[in-house]
Amino acid sequence: MSEIQTLIVDDSSVMRKIVERALRQAGLDSMRVYEAGNGVEGLEILRTTSINLILSDINMPSMDGLEFLRQIKDQDLARGVPVVMITTESSEEHVKQAIAAGARGYIRKPFTPEQVKERVLPLLKAA
Amino acid sequence: MPLSLRESLGEISDPRNLDATVEEICRMMLGVDCRRDGGQLEEEEERVTAVVGFGGLLSGACVFRSGGSAARELAAHMTGMEFSEVDDTVKDAVGEICNMLAGSWKGKVPELAANCGLSVPAVITGRNYNLRVQAPEFRLLHVYAFEGMKFEVTILCDGLQ
Repeated sequence: MSEIQTLIVDDSSVMRKIVERALRQAGLDSMRVYEAGNGVEGLEILRTTSINLILSDINMPSMDGLEFLRQIKDQDLARGVPVVMITTESSEEHVKQAIAAGARGYIRKPFTPEQVKERVLPLLKAA
Repeated sequence: MPLSLRESLGEISDPRNLDATVEEICRMMLGVDCRRDGGQLEEEEERVTAVVGFGGLLSGACVFRSGGSAARELAAHMTGMEFSEVDDTVKDAVGEICNMLAGSWKGKVPELAANCGLSVPAVITGRNYNLRVQAPEFRLLHVYAFEGMKFEVTILCDGLQ
């Protein structure tokens, strides 16, 4: 897969790098990565850049991941683009909220690179 | 009838949940084996403390504490980088470890996972400081060892509905 443009949204720069590494290990080695520290920054990138894949944390300052998802939908910023939540929040309620807000996948921290591959690649192929 | 976690107190305060959480995160995110250790943190001039607050039906905090050298080593395992000082990347890594500890620990009990939120992590560095909480509902304080170094994880519950 080439020319994938990925947006990773997490307030931890270390976690953004870990997610990027896991995606490259999953075979997306030639992807271009855009990073955002919260939902506000993520929306700014979506307004100016064509993104094929979004991975987002939930608990973040300024704008959390669920509000970020709602804003993407309301502003029609990423139609058809798969969004996967990567978060420590693991309750059924959080998963339901994320799916209702537009997420197509959910990965719980801690995660393995294999889990990232299993959940992300099928979504990209289907998109 | 309002939802209460009091009936789940035994499960919530089960120390095995904390051990399983710490071992899982060390193995999956850091690639290190760590084991619960009976001792205390070594004396070290520089300390790193990360705090993630709990809110909702349980209030309190998850606190990670280590010396600077253990924090640098954990961050090195997490990032694949080497660190000569406790810089912003080390603090970020320790904050994220604490965040995962808090999230995974509360995730062990479904009622807690659904009814308890997390704050974003705060990280404190320095020397000669103490953390004191008055009369918590319960406190789990465990020390863990990895590769000859130690860190401490505390779950403080100061309110349970």
